[in-house]
Amino acid sequence: MKVIKIDKKDWAKGIKALHKAYGLIGPVKEKEYFTFQVLSGGTIPDLEFRNTRLSPKAVVFPQSEDMFEYSLDDSREDHHLLKEVEKDYSPRVVFGIRPCDAKALELVKMNFDTDEYKDPYWLNLYEATTFVGMACDSPCSTCFCTTAGTGPYHEEGLDVLMADNGDSYLAKLLTDKGEKLATSAGWADSAGKSDVLAAKKTAAEAKIVSTVSTEALSGKDALELYNADFWEDVSFACINCGTCTYVCPTCWCFDIQDEVHGKSGKRMRTWDSCMFPIFTVHTTGHNPRATKLQRVRQRFMHKLKYFVDKYDKGIMCVGCGRCVRQCPVNIDIRRVCETMNSFGSDNTCAVQSS
Amino acid sequence: MDNPYLPFQVRIDDIIVESEDNNLKTFKFVFLNKEDEVKFNYSAGQFAELSIPGKGEIPIGIASSPVEKGFLKFTINKAGVVTTHLHNMKVGDIMGIRGPMGNWFPWSTFEGKNILIVGGGFAFTTLRSSIIYLLDPANRSKFGNIDVVYGARTPGMLLYKDELVEWEKRDDINVHITVDNSDDPDWKYNVGFVPPITEEKAPQGGSDSYAIVCGPPIMIKFTQPVLEKLGYDHDHIYLSLENRMKCGIGMCGRCGIGKELVCKDGPVFTLTEINKTPREY
Repeated sequence: MKVIKIDKKDWAKGIKALHKAYGLIGPVKEKEYFTFQVLSGGTIPDLEFRNTRLSPKAVVFPQSEDMFEYSLDDSREDHHLLKEVEKDYSPRVVFGIRPCDAKALELVKMNFDTDEYKDPYWLNLYEATTFVGMACDSPCSTCFCTTAGTGPYHEEGLDVLMADNGDSYLAKLLTDKGEKLATSAGWADSAGKSDVLAAKKTAAEAKIVSTVSTEALSGKDALELYNADFWEDVSFACINCGTCTYVCPTCWCFDIQDEVHGKSGKRMRTWDSCMFPIFTVHTTGHNPRATKLQRVRQRFMHKLKYFVDKYDKGIMCVGCGRCVRQCPVNIDIRRVCETMNSFGSDNTCAVQSS
Repeated sequence: MDNPYLPFQVRIDDIIVESEDNNLKTFKFVFLNKEDEVKFNYSAGQFAELSIPGKGEIPIGIASSPVEKGFLKFTINKAGVVTTHLHNMKVGDIMGIRGPMGNWFPWSTFEGKNILIVGGGFAFTTLRSSIIYLLDPANRSKFGNIDVVYGARTPGMLLYKDELVEWEKRDDINVHITVDNSDDPDWKYNVGFVPPITEEKAPQGGSDSYAIVCGPPIMIKFTQPVLEKLGYDHDHIYLSLENRMKCGIGMCGRCGIGKELVCKDGPVFTLTEINKTPREY
C-alpha cells in the first residue's frame, strides 16, 4: 500500500480539483464545535479539530431521510401508490473521519447488509462515498479505542488514512477508491515515508490510556447478566434523554413514519432510540420495556452482549467516548463494561473454594 | 438493488366482518400486478407489513394459506391508527403489502408427526392458514393426527365460523371449539377457558407430537403447564411472538428479545429458544 505526502500548501489546490469530481463533506467549525457538513464550492475541510460532538454516521445514515412519496388525490391515476424518491448517489468524499468512526460504519454495515436483505438507502450512500480518515495524535481523556477493537491509526473502513506531519500530511492509500481520489486531487506522485507513519502510530496508541476489558463478555450467560442486580445502580441516574444513542456512531435504530401535507405525502425514516418508551410500546398499551431500567439495560446489553453473541466480532462500541462526555448524568459505558465483564467472577471463586 | 421497503401494490377485493363486536374484519387482497403474486411466496406462519400511504404500516399474520391461490387474507383487529383507517376502507381501495416476512412453523419437521394446534382469540389467523395447509389433499397424508383447540370469549367472537363447522364434520381433524361464556342457548360445543379444555381434550404428547400455540399472553401462560403435563417437551412446543415493529426485515432494531429479532429470527420460536431470551415481548 502506497504512502504519499501532501504538502499543506498543495492541500487547498487538491481540494479545489476534487470539487469537480466529488461532492465534498468534512468538518466545519461552527461557533466552538465542529460538525460534518457538505462543503460548498471552494470550502476547505478544516482538519484542526479534536473530535465532533456528533459522529459522522449521518453521512451514510441521515438523521431524517425520505424513502417514498405519494399522492392521496383520488383524481390522479397514481394515487396511493408509493414511488421511490430520487436520490443523488454520485461520488462523494468525506474528509477527516476518525478511524473509530470508520470502524463503527463497518459494524453498522453488518446490520444493513445481510444475506436476506440489503438496505438500499444506507448501502447506496456508503458505496458512493470515499472515506478519508484523519489519524488521532492527541486523543481526548475519554477515548478508549485501543481496547474497543480500533485505534488512532486503525485502517478498517477507510479508503485513505491521513496523518498530520508538520508542514505536510502523510496519506496511506488503502483501496482503489483511495488511489483514485489521490489521483484526481493531483497528490498521487509525491512519495511519503511509511516508517514515519508507523512511528507516529505507535506514539499515538501509547497516548490512549483509558481502557475497557471485554474478553470475558462472550463467555457470560446472557440471562444471568440480564438479571444482575447492578442494573438498578447503572440506570438510577438516567433521565432517558437519548443523547447517548444520537451521538453514538454504532447506534442504528430507526423509525418509519408517514407525513402528509394536503394531498401529498412522504414515507420517511428517522433515527430512533431504545431510550424512549414509545420505541417498543404495543398498540394495546403493553410495553415490554416499560421501565427506565429495562431500557438502559437494553442499550448496554445490545452493545456489549447481544451483539457480541450474534456476530462474534467484538463489542458494538468503538471507544469514541462521545456518550461518556455528553451524558448529562455521567453514565460511563467503560464502567458498565467493566461491571459486565467481571460479573460473577467473585461468585465463581466462592463456588470453587467451597 | 431491490428495495425491501417498497410494498407490492394490492386492491381490497372483499371485506368480511368476523366478530359480533365488528372489531374484527377479514380483508381479502389481490395483487395489482399478477407477477407479484409469484414473488410473494409464503409459508403458513409468516406475516407481512400492511402498508397504507399516509398512515403507515402494521405487521399482521397471514390468514390465507399458501395452498389458496390468487389472493391474500388478513384478519385485523381495529386498534391503532393504521388498523382503524383500514377498517374504514372499502372494496376497490388501493394500498400496499410488504412481505412475506419472518420464519414459519417448521412443516418439514412436522411431517409424519401428530400436531396439536392451540389458539385463542384473534391470534387464530396464522393457525387458520396452517389448518388449511394441512388439510389440503396434497398434504394431509404427510402428517399424523391433527387436533385443534380454539377458544374465544363468546360464540360471536369466533373467527371463520363456516370453516369451523366444516372442519367439525371431517374425520381427519379433531376440532375442539370452546368459549369463555355462551349467550347462545343452542351452543353445542365446549364452555371454558382454553387451558382446561386443552387438558381435557388434547392428546398426550411425546416424541411423535408437536404443539403450536398462538393466543393472548395469559392463555399462553396457563397453557404451558398443561402441555408439560400432557408430555410435550419444550422443544416440541412452538409459539408465535409479537412485538412492535417497523421495518419487518431485521434492521430497525426495536423488536429484539435478547439477540433474537422477532421479525427476522421469529416470529416462530420453540419454548426452548424463548426460555433462553429475556422474554421482552
